[in-house]
Amino acid sequence: MNYGIIRYIIARVIFIEAAAMLLPWIVSLFYNERCGIIFLLCAVIGMAAGYFWARKKPANTSFFAREGFAMVALSWIVISLIGAVPFVISGVIANPIDALFEIVSGFTTTGSSILTDVEALPKCMLFWRSFSHWIGGMGVLVFVLAVLPMAGGQNIYLMKAESTGPSVGKLVPKVQKTAMYLYAIYTALTLSHLVLLIIGKVPLFDAFCLSFGTAGTGGFGVLGDSFASYSPFAQNSTTIFMLLFGINFNFYFYLISRRYKNALAMEDVRWYFIIYIVVSAIITLNLLSAGSFVSLREVLFQTSSIMTSTGFASADFNLWPSLSRALMVMIMFTGACAGSTGGGMKVSRFVIYVKTVAKELRQLAHPRSVKLLKMDGKPIEHEVIRIVNVYLCAFVFVFAASFGLILLDGFDLTTSFTAVAATLNNIGPGLNIVGPTGNFADFSALSKLVFIFDMLAGRLEIFPMLLIFNPGTWRKRG
Amino acid sequence: MNIIIVGGGKVGMTLAAQLNGENHEITLIDTDAKHVDAAVNSMDIQGIVGNGTSYRTQLDAGIENADLLIAVTDTDETSLLSCLIAKKAGDCHTIARVRDPEHYNEIEFIKEELGLSMAINPEIAAAANIYNLIQVPSALDVDSFAKGRVNLLRLEIPHGSVLDGMHLSEIERVAKIQLLVCIVESEGDIIIPNGDTVLRAGDRISVILPISELRSVLNKIGIRARPIKNVMIAGGGNISYYLAKMLVKSGIEVKILELSHQRCEELSVLVPEALIINGDASDQQLLMEEGLMGTDALVSLTSIDEENILLSLYANKVSAAKCITKISKIAFEEVVRELPIGAVICPKTITAQMISSYVRSMQNSMGSNVETMYKMMDGRVEALEFKVSENAKGDFLGVPLSNLNLKPDILICSIIRGKKITIPRGRDIIKGGDTVIVVTTKTGLNDLSDIFA
Repeated sequence: MNYGIIRYIIARVIFIEAAAMLLPWIVSLFYNERCGIIFLLCAVIGMAAGYFWARKKPANTSFFAREGFAMVALSWIVISLIGAVPFVISGVIANPIDALFEIVSGFTTTGSSILTDVEALPKCMLFWRSFSHWIGGMGVLVFVLAVLPMAGGQNIYLMKAESTGPSVGKLVPKVQKTAMYLYAIYTALTLSHLVLLIIGKVPLFDAFCLSFGTAGTGGFGVLGDSFASYSPFAQNSTTIFMLLFGINFNFYFYLISRRYKNALAMEDVRWYFIIYIVVSAIITLNLLSAGSFVSLREVLFQTSSIMTSTGFASADFNLWPSLSRALMVMIMFTGACAGSTGGGMKVSRFVIYVKTVAKELRQLAHPRSVKLLKMDGKPIEHEVIRIVNVYLCAFVFVFAASFGLILLDGFDLTTSFTAVAATLNNIGPGLNIVGPTGNFADFSALSKLVFIFDMLAGRLEIFPMLLIFNPGTWRKRG
Repeated sequence: MNIIIVGGGKVGMTLAAQLNGENHEITLIDTDAKHVDAAVNSMDIQGIVGNGTSYRTQLDAGIENADLLIAVTDTDETSLLSCLIAKKAGDCHTIARVRDPEHYNEIEFIKEELGLSMAINPEIAAAANIYNLIQVPSALDVDSFAKGRVNLLRLEIPHGSVLDGMHLSEIERVAKIQLLVCIVESEGDIIIPNGDTVLRAGDRISVILPISELRSVLNKIGIRARPIKNVMIAGGGNISYYLAKMLVKSGIEVKILELSHQRCEELSVLVPEALIINGDASDQQLLMEEGLMGTDALVSLTSIDEENILLSLYANKVSAAKCITKISKIAFEEVVRELPIGAVICPKTITAQMISSYVRSMQNSMGSNVETMYKMMDGRVEALEFKVSENAKGDFLGVPLSNLNLKPDILICSIIRGKKITIPRGRDIIKGGDTVIVVTTKTGLNDLSDIFA
């Protein structure tokens, strides 16, 4: 284990997070909020600490897979701990565990909240909560990679650990350029959404916070009723942008570099839209037959919000008929595309699962038949299939363990199950008590810690978080 | 530059590492996902699994924006086809490794028709390198610059030499030797020396000196310099064939030891002037019988590295022959370098070196002023050839070198003006139109002005 490089990278991450804290401070100046000074204080201390800690470059800058994964997991824990500090100091969320839950929910773009009254928060705190979505959406280390020139090719491990999806590829040969492209696309999309929200007569402050929430597929709102009171135009544009942020970013890169054929060949993007349309259609029919249909806009918004793991709500789907509610829970698991800012298990994994099962059936009928599974017109490596399968096992284990621990609190099955599903898949709202109008405030401290772990594990796709509990990870290399 | 490398074998990997280090954007294509994975995980490059001869794969690798495609696959046909497709699809420069003598004999035609920028035959390149070594007695290594006009010789200071314990600044005055020491390797360190550097016996120094004075200078230093008249080659592969051809042409007696009778017969037709012996080169008795004791040079070129090393070790022990050892797979380099096996030749490194210096020179036309670049001592030292344009402006022009402040670890080792090659001293100046050769341990120098502090 190369501790030197881990210290160096984490120091850089702290520096960048501290610098990001200057933004809520600026916001507080606009609204004359005295608690904004806390952000300035945290920013200055954090930047100084990060700067001095990173001043001595480690002698050995080479690292391998395990350092990469450990670094990513630790960085996320560190940014969460630091990010919670302003909430605690200002007394807005005085309980440290609650504050940590809130900020982890922000960075992991989950959007679950323990707050009972969002509107009571000072603007700078609301801004920081939403801005954490934007930071966490594309990833902190991807940002570090984009701005920090680092020698050595091993930094691909950082990107692999933080980006979503089973196989992470680079857009262009250099990691740094790839990271820069990703952030450029991310920023451009965020700005477009911001402009549309402002056109849709959303107040400026809300527009900023909501576009951050959409971009990171987070879901923190600034009003108690989330999205219901904004204009139809703002809601529709958000529906579209949530979907856009759930698409594999490679897709945009292909469009920009005018490789339309490659873009159209992306199977997960295709299935992502098919699933979205089919689920929306079934829910619409189900609502119609149950007589609770309000508008197509409402259905499209909720499905888009849940499937991309954003978690905004313009209606309470908790009141929908069982079939619709079950479908909502199911698309929590499929999630968005790999390589997007969305959560869930990712459509591309499900495509592989379906193909693997189909292949197994064919194998039973023709035991000696040979067929390579293909994705996007290219054969899938056995290694990738293996990792995807193991991912499912790990996911189920973590899910079951969390579920068991949450049940100790004595809530009903639906609440407990969907609470775990909503956090592990980084969605935000679940059903019943944790539904779109509810929150996580009533859970015990232990349950909240479990949720915090689940959110981090979900965002980093399980393995980095499990790896730091493996003693072998920390052993020095002989 | 955007560079695509087809083939992730040893040469492909070496090239990728080297070119990536020089800040080019590398995409590696290989059919084996394992190779690609290993490459992508260890270097900051992109990898594509696929067949390099496929148009689609090349498109995926971004052939349309590529400046150069280097094909170093297992077979000539694959390499050539990859280059042809790249040329048509991306209109980029192409370099192919071409091994088969049958192809290489027609290389001019192939180059013309396929629009290849460069075709490289590793065996011929290695043979030429060995030939150079044999030409210059006792020098461990020869590098040629300025199209062969300047030679950098690497030699070891023997015990009891006048140079032992001498300051560089005293060499000319005390030892009456005119030479410019460019690089000193001392106990594993590589230094670009200045006047205060002290030489020790056992140091390896790289020097520039006129070939005409070579022999007398070597004698003064205390290196026995005897022209090589006969050479024994162990192993009868392609390198041996090319080398024998070259040696025979310059009137040196050649003896080739080869195990396979069939290959012996082939060689006897290909190189009738050489003496072909059918036998095992690791057979001590045979070696003695064929006069290992009396031979001036032994070149170990069998296909097995270990055998080559043992053979050279043995020859070094029992005879005074100059040894040259081929090693295909450089591993445990620190150990190998310390063995008394004479000069070491690695065909793959030579290939990678030649290609990367071509890339450098290609880049010049795209910005920097480096004419050619040579990597030496495993890439730890670079020799760069800068062309100063006729009407160049720069405050270093026309100023005596003694008044200029060079950055540390940089040394100007030659100034070429027209046909005249000067080994620079303090009073010499650089003028427009000159070619300047610089040796440095720094990397990434792009312009002559970069060398001045």
